[in-house]
Amino acid sequence: MGNFEPKIVGMFCHYCALAAQDVAGKGRMSFAPNIREVRVLCTGKIDVLHILKAMEDGADGVLIIGCKLGECYFREGNMRAFKRVDYARKLLDEIGIEGERVQMYEVPGPMGKRFADIITEMTEKIKSLGPSPLKKAAQEELMA
Amino acid sequence: MIVGERKPLEEIRAMLDPYRKILILGCGECVSVCMAGGEKEVGILASQLRMLYKRQGREVEIGEVTLIRQCDREYIEPHLDKIYQADVVLSMACGVGVQFVGEVAGEEVIVLPALNTKFYGVNLEAGMWAERCAGCGDCVLDKTAGICPIARCAKRLLNGPCGGSQGGRCEINPEVECAWQLIHERLKARGQLELLEEIVPAKNWKPSLSGGPRKVIREDLRL
Amino acid sequence: MKAGSNLEKILEKGEFAVTGELGPPKGNDIEVIKKKAEHLRGNVDAINVTDNQTAVVRMSSIATCALLVQMGLEPVMQMVTRDRNRIAIQSDIFGATALGIKNMLCLSGDHQIFGNQKEAANVFDIDSIQLIQCVKAMRDEGTLLGGQEKIEGQVRLFIGAAANPFADPFEFRVVRLAKKVKAGVDFIQTQCIYDMDRFKEWMRMVTDRGLHEKVHILAGITPLKSGGMARYMAKNVAGITIPDKIIARMVKAKDAREEGMKICVEQIEELRQIKGVHGIHIMAIEWEEVVPEIVKRAGLLPRPKVSKN
Ligand code: SF4
Ligand code: SF4
Repeated sequence: MGNFEPKIVGMFCHYCALAAQDVAGKGRMSFAPNIREVRVLCTGKIDVLHILKAMEDGADGVLIIGCKLGECYFREGNMRAFKRVDYARKLLDEIGIEGERVQMYEVPGPMGKRFADIITEMTEKIKSLGPSPLKKAAQEELMA
Repeated sequence: MIVGERKPLEEIRAMLDPYRKILILGCGECVSVCMAGGEKEVGILASQLRMLYKRQGREVEIGEVTLIRQCDREYIEPHLDKIYQADVVLSMACGVGVQFVGEVAGEEVIVLPALNTKFYGVNLEAGMWAERCAGCGDCVLDKTAGICPIARCAKRLLNGPCGGSQGGRCEINPEVECAWQLIHERLKARGQLELLEEIVPAKNWKPSLSGGPRKVIREDLRL
Repeated sequence: MKAGSNLEKILEKGEFAVTGELGPPKGNDIEVIKKKAEHLRGNVDAINVTDNQTAVVRMSSIATCALLVQMGLEPVMQMVTRDRNRIAIQSDIFGATALGIKNMLCLSGDHQIFGNQKEAANVFDIDSIQLIQCVKAMRDEGTLLGGQEKIEGQVRLFIGAAANPFADPFEFRVVRLAKKVKAGVDFIQTQCIYDMDRFKEWMRMVTDRGLHEKVHILAGITPLKSGGMARYMAKNVAGITIPDKIIARMVKAKDAREEGMKICVEQIEELRQIKGVHGIHIMAIEWEEVVPEIVKRAGLLPRPKVSKN
């Protein structure tokens, strides 16, 4: 698995994460190309089911980036998202999939560097965890 | 509404073990509102189970259907085809729905409960539900300022707070409000404390579950 | 005479009554009962036998009471409605009275969550006030609860109940007592008293309503064994408040047991001065041997003799 390139679904808040991404892009900062991006109006729109579905459909991890607590455009959307992330992690742990494959970060506005760092950090994290146990299971099945 | 809570996954997994074709059946009424067994919860459980089976390398087919409600025959019948095609139906309704789907579908169909049905209650705030009525069959709310001592007093007392009531809390747990403290306060605010001076005689429990399973018949509505 | 019990006679004569308490063993070891009972013999007028107190399983109150009767002592049978419905209650009352039990204390009982059978279903078919009504109907009407059905034989019981002046809401506490009186209670034993001010305030409300003329109130006391126990009870036992002054005395004392006894004797002195208090109920939890000394120091010995019939 030395060349494992994780598939990460990034659920990004329109107001902060995407603005940060723009800045990062304009500044030609480089970041790992592992993210499949979904734009959300607010991380508060993200449901447990979205997270589970992403995992079920083959993601190795889900990365959610929202505004800093207290700075949500919709006031407490990001707080809700944090709680849902916790719940989704619990549901994943229950079935033997590491809950930590789901991570949520805050970015304080359009800070491109921070955004790029998060992407790197997340990619490294999932790399260290390896492919989703779902894929491993499928692979073992193929081998068998 | 009837408030339910999903059983632990491990318990659900164990009861589903013998089956290969599962239909998860949600209910659009109470359990949707209390977010235990509506369409979304069906989706979450289905997704969780699919991933689990995939991990275990097991071939299990999972269907998802959410009915308007499971306690009325006419909402179950249109889905009988799907029900018959499954090895097992995992109902996410309250205990009523679990039983009634089985009754309507016939004895060949195995219907299992995905929820623990908890109580008749209210949505206090987001993510919090609390019991309010125990369906005792002979309502006394007129005498207790609209606060139920059957469902909300840990000892179902009818003549005022026991000696364990302290600072508005029930003796069983400081998190639990003493129903009789609440009744007292409300009657006091209404200037009706004299209501508490009357002795309420032993309750007739015959209309409650103690009298055996109950039925309501309305001749005017029967066909 | 309603029941002709020793306790009833003493109270009716206007004597200051003293009752004690005995917790049955967590098993069937009669020696435990004998030992505790001997500490109380001659020092109290009647002995309360708890009914699975704090919902911890113990020998049945009825059986323990019957053993005390055999030993020539007078029991007060406690009965909680937590574990029995009205069928069992009335049946047990038939049995208890047939075995020579003449006093009964009607209680709802502590919730089972406190005990060692937390998963039990509770009963609470009737509450303590309805239990008083039930026993009174059996005794005075000779009928079962809510029925015309006549009882074979006679149920003669001196009916008691509990009162907790330290529970909330405070202003309801006297109303609750009034209801118990209305239901037909003959005597009351209170929760153990440490907060004298609050107790006096409650007694004032009791006498204002004239309730002290309709029911005998026995003030509950529990001797403190140590500063630790005082602190623990103040913090953890529902329905008990202990003033800081008393806790401080217990904590500072060189000989805590001696101090506990002293406080107890002082409390008895004070309680005897309160209008409407007709006796004391000493609950020396697992410290029964202290009772003779307390009663002696309080000048309550010898206990009055009343005729046997
Ligand atoms: S008194 Fe009976 S019917 Fe009325 S709210 Fe309470 S449990 Fe329900
Ligand atoms: S504390 Fe209040 S709610 Fe709890 S059992 Fe006593 S009266 Fe009922």
